[in-house]
Amino acid sequence: MAKVTLKSVKKNYGPVKAIHGVDMEIADGEFIVIVGPSGCGKSTLLRMIAGLEAITEGEIVIGDRVVNDIEPADRDIAMVFQNYALYPHMSVHQNMSYGLRIRGMDKANIEKRVQRAAEILQLQPYLQRKPRELSGGQRQRVAMGRAIVREPSVFLFDEPLSNLDAKLRVQMRLEIKRLHQQLGVTSIYVTHDQVEAMTLADRLVVMNQGRADQIGSPFDVYGNPATTYVGGFIGSPAMNFLSCRVETGTGGPKAVLADGTALMLPAEWTPPAGNYTIGIRPETMRIARPGETAQLHLNVDVAEELGADTLLHGKLGDEDLVARVPSHAGYHDHSRPGLMIDIARAHLFDPESGLRIAL
Amino acid sequence: MIERRPVANAFGHLMLVAMIIIVAFPIYLAVVAASHTIQDVSQTPMPLLPGAELLTNTARALFDGPQLVGVSGATPAIVLMMNSLIMAIAIAVGKIIISLLSAFAIVYFRFPLKNFFFWMIFITLMLPVEVRIIPTYKIVADLGLLDTYTGLVLPLIASATATFLFRQFFMTVPDELVEAARIDGAGPMRFFWDILVPLTRTSIAAMFVIQFIYGWNQYLWPLLIASDYKYQTIVLAIGRLIRAPDAFYEWPVIMGMAVLALLPPVLVVVLMQRWFVKGLVETEK
Repeated sequence: MAKVTLKSVKKNYGPVKAIHGVDMEIADGEFIVIVGPSGCGKSTLLRMIAGLEAITEGEIVIGDRVVNDIEPADRDIAMVFQNYALYPHMSVHQNMSYGLRIRGMDKANIEKRVQRAAEILQLQPYLQRKPRELSGGQRQRVAMGRAIVREPSVFLFDEPLSNLDAKLRVQMRLEIKRLHQQLGVTSIYVTHDQVEAMTLADRLVVMNQGRADQIGSPFDVYGNPATTYVGGFIGSPAMNFLSCRVETGTGGPKAVLADGTALMLPAEWTPPAGNYTIGIRPETMRIARPGETAQLHLNVDVAEELGADTLLHGKLGDEDLVARVPSHAGYHDHSRPGLMIDIARAHLFDPESGLRIAL
Repeated sequence: MIERRPVANAFGHLMLVAMIIIVAFPIYLAVVAASHTIQDVSQTPMPLLPGAELLTNTARALFDGPQLVGVSGATPAIVLMMNSLIMAIAIAVGKIIISLLSAFAIVYFRFPLKNFFFWMIFITLMLPVEVRIIPTYKIVADLGLLDTYTGLVLPLIASATATFLFRQFFMTVPDELVEAARIDGAGPMRFFWDILVPLTRTSIAAMFVIQFIYGWNQYLWPLLIASDYKYQTIVLAIGRLIRAPDAFYEWPVIMGMAVLALLPPVLVVVLMQRWFVKGLVETEK
């Protein structure tokens, strides 16, 4: 077990900059999830930690060794790949023990470790089977077993669940979580699935075009996104972004939206007057109760029924807005509900840089 | 594809049967000729039904060799076949080993002029033995390898075809497998033996069949290299037998020898057919 430190790690492919300098401290036993859309550099970053990609600049420290020039096999890590990468001609047992056999570990010890991993992952009945005789979920467990038997100080997961169907994914997600609680090994997990990211992570790293936009607990990243990008990426449906003009005056600050709607901001907010982007999560809006003066009226184009909730998609001026309301609210396509906004949970962002304004 | 077209089906079958007859008839005739006494075979028309002498004639071919009246000495087929076998197996195995290693180098390593070397290998695909036979002969002769097994095998052992085939196969092996092996601590040769070679085994089998037959059927090269009968191959010997001038041919024994010459390649194909087909059509991953 070990902590992992990245010090302004950069990666260039020729003139193309893939990673622009990432700094991160990962505590011993922490579960870190790196999340972002495809092409944001999250897999590259993981592969640099694994030693499969060279580091252009910066330092990666695992435990208290700088590992920049150390072979993957000697970094004391184990990796689980997206397509499992099991050796097709070896049995489950051979797959799991291969790394140990190469290291020249004695047979009794190998057997002990394989049996223990098989027990944890419920793979005992399959030890003599070939990977092609296993289902996707079982293969994924073998891939994890191969990582477990090495007893590494860091686990690396590269989108391990994206080849599984939805139901299995939920199940394996729980298993990974349990496994981490059981073994307590530092884990770095790459995914593009924000649900996986939110549920698994102790801390979340949101990557955006080779930069880490925000590093924080899932709750923090969700509640206080550092940029419009993070707000738009984490949360489903995404945060609504509306352009607004903040005016300060008697009665406190207010945000005037493009269609003229004025929203009173909390009195303790003291942004200078000017243009901003206001970020409002769909679930912080509700239907105005009878007798309440609605803060805004939404022209609903489409009402999407999800069962527990209904998503009201509509337009406010030219800008899209989605509100998430309980499904019994009874609003349908082309209705015009009045909405209330929990404005204390909204955020103001700089319209140019996308950075959140500290209030 | 499931299509129900009885006329087309019948036609297809008819064509196949006709082709099989065309291909099989000369072989049948050879077997028939090997099963009669020399007197029976020398009649016109030649008998078309098998006789009773097949075992005697093939046994004579195998252990004594056909006697040519007016030509002294005979090489028993067993010696010739042993030579052919040594040559064919050495060529097939050698080609596979060299091709595997060179394809491994080309696919998995970065070295200067890599592409240049690959294309050099690839270009030699277009140069069959016959084209480069004179310089090759000169080199082998200068090295003192005439009338040796080394001389028979060595110039035929490098194979662009096999290198190319293995290269194509290696390129379909997912990168993650290489990376998983790296993380497991397998060095390059370890990866080659433990993972790449087992994965390639069906292709290796297919290559073995093709190259064994290639080696077995070699005619021109042994003709130049093996002047001593001790190193002659069976294909070469059959060719020589029917070119002896003014000789009285022992046809049944010669045909027995021809049938014997057919057997090892047939055996290799039959025994390895399952693997052979797998290797050509399937990429096992």
